Amino acid sequence: MREHAADKTSRTPCNRVQVLRQGDTACLRLAGDWSIQRDSADADAALQALRAGSARAVVFEASELTGWDSSLITFLLKTLAQCRERGLSVDTAGLPQGVQRLLGLATAIPERSGARKTLKREPFLSSVGSQTLALLDAGRDMLTFLGEVTVALGRLATGRARFPKAEFFAILKTCGSEALPIVSLISLLVGLILAFVGAVQLSMFGAQIFVASLVAIAMVRVMGAIMTGIIMAGRTGAAFAAEIGTMQVNEEIDALQTMGVSPMEFLVLPRMLALVIMMPLLCVYADLMGILGGFIVGVGMLDLTVTEYYQETVRSISLTNLWIGLFHGAVFGVIVALAGCMRGMQCGRSASAVGTATTSAVVTSIISIVIATAIITIVCNVLGI
Amino acid sequence: MSHPEPHIRVEDLTMAYGSYVLQRDLTFTVNRADIFIIMGGSGCGKSTLLRHLVGLKEPARGRVSYGQTDFWAAPAQERDRIMRRIGILYQSGALWSSMTLAENIALPLREYTRLGAGEIQDIVELKLALVGLAGFGDYYPSGISGGMKKRAGLARAMALDPEILFFDEPSAGLDPVSARQLDDLILELRDSLGSTIVIVTHELASIFAIGSNSVFLDPDTKTMIAGGNPRQLLQETRDPKVRTFLTRGEQ
Repeated sequence: MREHAADKTSRTPCNRVQVLRQGDTACLRLAGDWSIQRDSADADAALQALRAGSARAVVFEASELTGWDSSLITFLLKTLAQCRERGLSVDTAGLPQGVQRLLGLATAIPERSGARKTLKREPFLSSVGSQTLALLDAGRDMLTFLGEVTVALGRLATGRARFPKAEFFAILKTCGSEALPIVSLISLLVGLILAFVGAVQLSMFGAQIFVASLVAIAMVRVMGAIMTGIIMAGRTGAAFAAEIGTMQVNEEIDALQTMGVSPMEFLVLPRMLALVIMMPLLCVYADLMGILGGFIVGVGMLDLTVTEYYQETVRSISLTNLWIGLFHGAVFGVIVALAGCMRGMQCGRSASAVGTATTSAVVTSIISIVIATAIITIVCNVLGI
Repeated sequence: MSHPEPHIRVEDLTMAYGSYVLQRDLTFTVNRADIFIIMGGSGCGKSTLLRHLVGLKEPARGRVSYGQTDFWAAPAQERDRIMRRIGILYQSGALWSSMTLAENIALPLREYTRLGAGEIQDIVELKLALVGLAGFGDYYPSGISGGMKKRAGLARAMALDPEILFFDEPSAGLDPVSARQLDDLILELRDSLGSTIVIVTHELASIFAIGSNSVFLDPDTKTMIAGGNPRQLLQETRDPKVRTFLTRGEQ
């Protein structure tokens, strides 16, 4: 092992190639151990010498060659290509048998024309154009998916859809009760943080008591829903995309389709309905946890009494706020489920495509959640609620 | 088989991904009770042709007809009805991984028949026994070997007693004995159920052992260059490409 390491670090090449001139003939003398582990300092120099010389024919001499592997073959292929380009005649008889056979194998089947991918540099305007078209395509795919989901929902509503009940309840469980621990932790901490941030400002006016209403309103109206939405995007939306994407890779979706079972009804609908049912419930739970977080700060650090904090909280939460929060939750449920399922269904047929689908599901969900929040907030503002 | 009755007809089919044409001008007929082989070198579009035949991909041009019905021109319900009469064994089995083998086979039965749970259970056990997997009903696809997955996939493909069975590379990844057993099973299905069978493969042993009709796709000219009974094809063909393929390049 140690010797090997020393080989790698030494800069003196152990393989050599020299170009010897014998009249019209250039003789490439190969010597030493040609290995991909070693440097091959003079290979390029030899090619250069061959190019500069005016030889008509090339022969090889390999009596001092002690070992060889692919590094020798690639060098020889380059040499042969150069000779062919310049119309030199080549005699490979001087090379070891194995080398000759491999060279024969490598040159036996000519490259299929058009097989190699050519990298085209697109002009700037053209690339802007093609990216815009790709964006339009993506938008159309999204609308198509929405349309298909709507049709499937319509069929479900009229009782014509095939709805996998057992799977629905399993999904209900994974995206409901199993999400409770992480939702508890995150919303409790968000409640704590909100209370701390508010306390610093409010205690300057001696108005610590309003920490309770700050936390309550923020959590119930929007923060609870947003935090749950983001947790569910990372937890469940990603799982949906990975699950459906893997089914796509395994041809399982094809199998469903050819059985005449619509993947929309069989895979997407149960996931979407489960999330739409569970998200508002999780939101209420997150609200409670957030308020508990604020309560810990209020009672523990701001010297508010339990009754004071409780009464201020109850006074500040209006039913409207609760409804708005639940509405947020339901919308986020639809968004997370749709993004997860859509990216899964669009998944390509390789392992890396599943990774891309998962990433893109989470990114799509989070962006859509933020945009939806902005829209709902503005609409509420305009409506004055 | 004195009067071969056309079961699937393909006319002027062009297959393309976007603007990239894979094969063009494919015209052939699969007769009832044929064992029809789709063959050709790697990457010539065999599996894509299969996807066209089973209705997973719409042709860029041309027609695929089942009996008298033009598949892609038919209304959605008619297409569903046709697809219900075909069974497909995918290359990897494509069993639904969240369900046990029994649930996999039971799904099409639950969807398309009015059978009760007990009857479905009986049929599931029969199908598993037919492919030599009796007693494996409660296993999940991840818990069985590749060969078993393939057989389980076949059991699922046979669930609704389809008129036409499609096989995508049935012997890929199987040892020679299992591959042979699968071939025997295919012959048995054809003889006992009278199913029409379409197989995508490049396994020469299977091609000669069971094929009764075939089409040979060529990736260079992007069309079919031969067809007919593979054994006759081997005797009669003048085309060097087909000959090389059928003799493993030995002649």
